[in-house]
Amino acid sequence: MTPESRLREKAQVLDDTALDRALTRIAHEILERNGGAKDLALVGLRTRGVTLARRLAAKLVAIDGTTVPVGTLDITLYRDDLDMRGAPVIRGTDIPFSIKDKTVVLVDDVLFTGRTIRAALDALIDLGRPGMIQLAILIDRGHRELPIRPDYIGKNLPTSKRESVAVRLREHDGEDRVVIEEPEEA
Amino acid sequence: MGWTRKDLLAIRDLDASEILLLIDTAASLQEIAGREIKKVPALRGKTIVNLFYENSTRTRTSFEIAGKWLSADVVNFSASGSSASKGESFIDTAKNIAAMSPDVVVVRHSSAGAAAMLARALPCSIVNAGDGAHEHPTQALLDLLTIREHKGSFEGLSVAIVGDIAHSRVARSNIHGMRKLGMSVTVAGPPTVIPPFIQEMGVKVAYRLEDAIRDVDVIMMLRLQHERMTNGLIPSLREYSRYWGLTLDKLRAQARPDVLIMHPGPVNRGIELSPELADGPYSVILDQVAKGVAVRMGVLFLLAGSKGGAQA
Repeated sequence: MTPESRLREKAQVLDDTALDRALTRIAHEILERNGGAKDLALVGLRTRGVTLARRLAAKLVAIDGTTVPVGTLDITLYRDDLDMRGAPVIRGTDIPFSIKDKTVVLVDDVLFTGRTIRAALDALIDLGRPGMIQLAILIDRGHRELPIRPDYIGKNLPTSKRESVAVRLREHDGEDRVVIEEPEEA
Repeated sequence: MGWTRKDLLAIRDLDASEILLLIDTAASLQEIAGREIKKVPALRGKTIVNLFYENSTRTRTSFEIAGKWLSADVVNFSASGSSASKGESFIDTAKNIAAMSPDVVVVRHSSAGAAAMLARALPCSIVNAGDGAHEHPTQALLDLLTIREHKGSFEGLSVAIVGDIAHSRVARSNIHGMRKLGMSVTVAGPPTVIPPFIQEMGVKVAYRLEDAIRDVDVIMMLRLQHERMTNGLIPSLREYSRYWGLTLDKLRAQARPDVLIMHPGPVNRGIELSPELADGPYSVILDQVAKGVAVRMGVLFLLAGSKGGAQA
């Protein structure tokens, strides 16, 4: 991995209210697109995708009254860059329900090159044959390297490649906020 | 934090955080055994050679399945029926295999230090699958994972290891691992198979089975290592079984009701362990075997799956 350069906050993209509104809208869009929550399952990508999937599930209950199962996907074993990184930590996949013939909504915080989603599709299909896979993303920052397009987007955010997007969530970081960071000038 | 070693040779070499990384990685990989399609692409294109100079069913099969579930190509080599029987030396055989560019060589040998010697001589990663009476690190890791899953944590647990301590690499690896993780260990067996100065490893010694198993959380029974024993260490198998064999009566009289009974296998039924205990509710013996595959997947993944490993 590249040596960690120090990052400083450049701009705030979403505050807690805007983040919550984006999730509420995505929840409505999921219900609209699929005509309800029947045969739906949410699968979050570790780590923050799982938290977002749980929040979406809570919103689906509030809106539709349907409880949607939530699973956790660890894509470490499916990465295409294992040889380029230090030994990664595997935290495990936990999808305690059958995804066969379900409509699975993959949930992640930031969509960038698309390589993580490529790995997630492989990992998911190894667990069964879903009827359909959709993709929900909080921040789409562009710079795709693969033909992958999300179905639900919290916010489109044009960035430069040297910047990074940090999604901070209450459960992990004590606050709900999305910020753009850039390397500090040396 | 991450794994940085080229080889896995001995639990003694590792610190507690490395042992926990190996156990956590294995724990995360366990779910693969429950899948319909038991294969993940993590080690696609990697080659693993099982170089076994001693008989083994469980360990070799376990490494082979682990490698295959991770999509590696696994090649088995056993000393019988190979160039070793034509007089080629161990190190020459190993260098020939290394010339075929494997990523990991898993080695079992009757001489202590065999794996360490290969690790110095070969550029690929070496996993010690048992070297003489020295160490058998993956067995200790699977034992530790089994203990944690049943007991929740390690700190403060007490373990009795009973049987032929002197000839047991399983005991040695487990003692190192358990001590590093904060467990207390008592070893027990006939005085002839308790090594002198074993207390230096931080263990207590008991010379009666009843004293060893009283109030411990885990009892680990060992097999008499006929193949590594010289005659005269025990008077007879019958006497050994009478004094050192664990039975339901002895267990009920002394042990805690939630005690775990472990055994690295193969079990000599009716000698060190009575059949009703081996198959009974206290026994986690087959669970140990199942966890063995997960542990070996974790070891192979950490050694071969990243730049820190084989290609360093």
